[in-house]
Amino acid sequence: MALDKFQKITSAAIPLPIENVDTDQIIPARFLKAVERKGFGDNLFRDWRYIKGKEPNPDFILNNEKHSGEILVAGKNFGSGSSREHAAWSLYDYGFRVVISSFFADIFKGNALNNGLLPITVSADELAEIFALIDADADTTFSVDLEAQELALDATGKVIPFEINAYKKECLLNGYDDIDYLINMKSEIEAFEANR
Amino acid sequence: MKQPSTLFDKVWDAHVVKQITDGPNVLYIDRHLIHEVTSPVAFLGLDKRGQKVARPELTTATADHNVPTKDQHLSIKDELSRNQVDTLEKNCEKHDIPHYGLNHQWQGVVHVMGPELGLTRPGMTIVCGDSHTSTHGAFGAVAFGIGTSEVEMVLATQCIMQPKPKKMLIQVDGDLKEGVTAKDIALYIISRITTSGGTGHFIEYSGSAIRSLSMEGRMTLCNMSIESGARGGLIAPDETTFEYIQGREFAPKGLDWEKELAYWKTLRTDEEAVFDTEHHFDAADIEPMITYGTNPGMSVKISEPIPSSIDVEESERASFEKSLQYMDFNGGEVMQGKQIDYVFVGSCTNGRIEDLRAFSQFIKGHRKADHVTAWIVPGSRQVEKQAKEEGIAEILEDAGFVMRQPGCSACLAMNDDKIPAGKYAISTSNRNFEGRQGPGARTMLVSPLMAAACAIKGEITDPRELMEELQEA
Repeated sequence: MALDKFQKITSAAIPLPIENVDTDQIIPARFLKAVERKGFGDNLFRDWRYIKGKEPNPDFILNNEKHSGEILVAGKNFGSGSSREHAAWSLYDYGFRVVISSFFADIFKGNALNNGLLPITVSADELAEIFALIDADADTTFSVDLEAQELALDATGKVIPFEINAYKKECLLNGYDDIDYLINMKSEIEAFEANR
Repeated sequence: MKQPSTLFDKVWDAHVVKQITDGPNVLYIDRHLIHEVTSPVAFLGLDKRGQKVARPELTTATADHNVPTKDQHLSIKDELSRNQVDTLEKNCEKHDIPHYGLNHQWQGVVHVMGPELGLTRPGMTIVCGDSHTSTHGAFGAVAFGIGTSEVEMVLATQCIMQPKPKKMLIQVDGDLKEGVTAKDIALYIISRITTSGGTGHFIEYSGSAIRSLSMEGRMTLCNMSIESGARGGLIAPDETTFEYIQGREFAPKGLDWEKELAYWKTLRTDEEAVFDTEHHFDAADIEPMITYGTNPGMSVKISEPIPSSIDVEESERASFEKSLQYMDFNGGEVMQGKQIDYVFVGSCTNGRIEDLRAFSQFIKGHRKADHVTAWIVPGSRQVEKQAKEEGIAEILEDAGFVMRQPGCSACLAMNDDKIPAGKYAISTSNRNFEGRQGPGARTMLVSPLMAAACAIKGEITDPRELMEELQEA
């Protein structure tokens, strides 16, 4: 089942300068009771976004009208904790296509890539630079070119190259899916089983 | 001559079906465990693709995350929870997957159930849609948590795609002090290497202090590997491992046992093998540990104060202060003597029979503090049964505690076992994240021994103090 192809993006970014944002914050466990994949964006950052579960918290960045965009910029070690893929689903469903941080937790990173959400790792200094740009101008834009593996800070013209596994890059650009790849490998897998 | 290799290399490499150029490995999976929360969307995907489960006999299902811990014989009250548990049952029935659901004699927290049934064995690759799958590394297996897309991959093909992690050695040598448990070793290590220190790595634990641990202790330690960010953690199998497995329900028998055992004995790191990262610790430096913040790396020895903001690196100060604010603690404060409201004993970290034994032996002859609400939740039906047979349930009752029914319970509060906002919970589980045990709940992670001491005193207590009192009495 093909994913949406990952397109070039130019967008403002939403800053979340907190470290160790764990998947329990991205989507609390009590919202994992669905048996279908839909509507998870509504509960993204639920306990930070709402006071007493209902009223929007004016201090939380997603409720700040100044900030919008398809890019989330977060502090070090984003996505630590639980393996819940719901974290990636909720970010994607809310409208994010890219998360920028100086460090990602492994399972989250894998889940994001399997769902067309691009995690971009930058250095700690570059992350600070990006936060400073957003702080100075909430509308400042960033351009993400996956083909070229480049993140551009449009305000200054600075271009930051980023790493991504070549196979995963192909998957994202073409909307390929690992599951289809493995299903097409069935005879090889059966041969492996037979030879053990 | 063959290149010297680590235990991790040996197990991983034996399962690589294909190395994709500039990409991940296609890794064959020996054992797949599933539960009600992270599997339904995978089954939906399978249906949409018109795929069958490739090897249903290699997957085992149980209901744990969502289940109530009392009145399990009645229908689950929460409609969404009931629907997830029912959906798991239907999916397993449709695809011929063994399913140990609510009220089955083998039901339990997935990482308690697998080992106690002998489903977990040395040299296996084991995955589950749950990050604490690292638990099974205690047996010398390569075991790690996966997302729902990967659950679907395993169901459809018995394989997943994974980049091979780097290798980390964590060696702990020396004798553990009295009152120090596997949980304290885990919290101590994470406090030293931080909650992201293991990221990108697979850990091998070694050293005399690790060797001295029981299988339950090793499971507790490997369970917490993910809390350092590592993909997993494993320990080379030895006589302790073999003894634990022998005779269990699905353990190999007769000639199969002899054959497997001979293979298991080869599973160790070669002397000349090289790790990407190494950490060495002295067991004598470890004390009973307790967390004070909102990630498992934020812990102190019980005798030490909470760090002050100025002790923390400037870039991390804002997150550190946010964390203390959430807990309503101040830097420099001592943890001992702070009043607590709840005690939770259970979870895939510390919900095994040995944990209940340690807790009950400690509280025997004492009483639970009146203001403390305590939830003692066995990790499985089998643990529950054994606890009753051994008289543990009775000791608990005599001391004012009640043993509940098995499930993940207050570890992640998906069921009714939620800690109310602002309340302080002493917990033997694995995560002290904001809201983990209920919105606004304040969690402090400890060993079952410290949980017992705190439950008796009603405040944060060094278990060694009570042990001394007992000895004097």
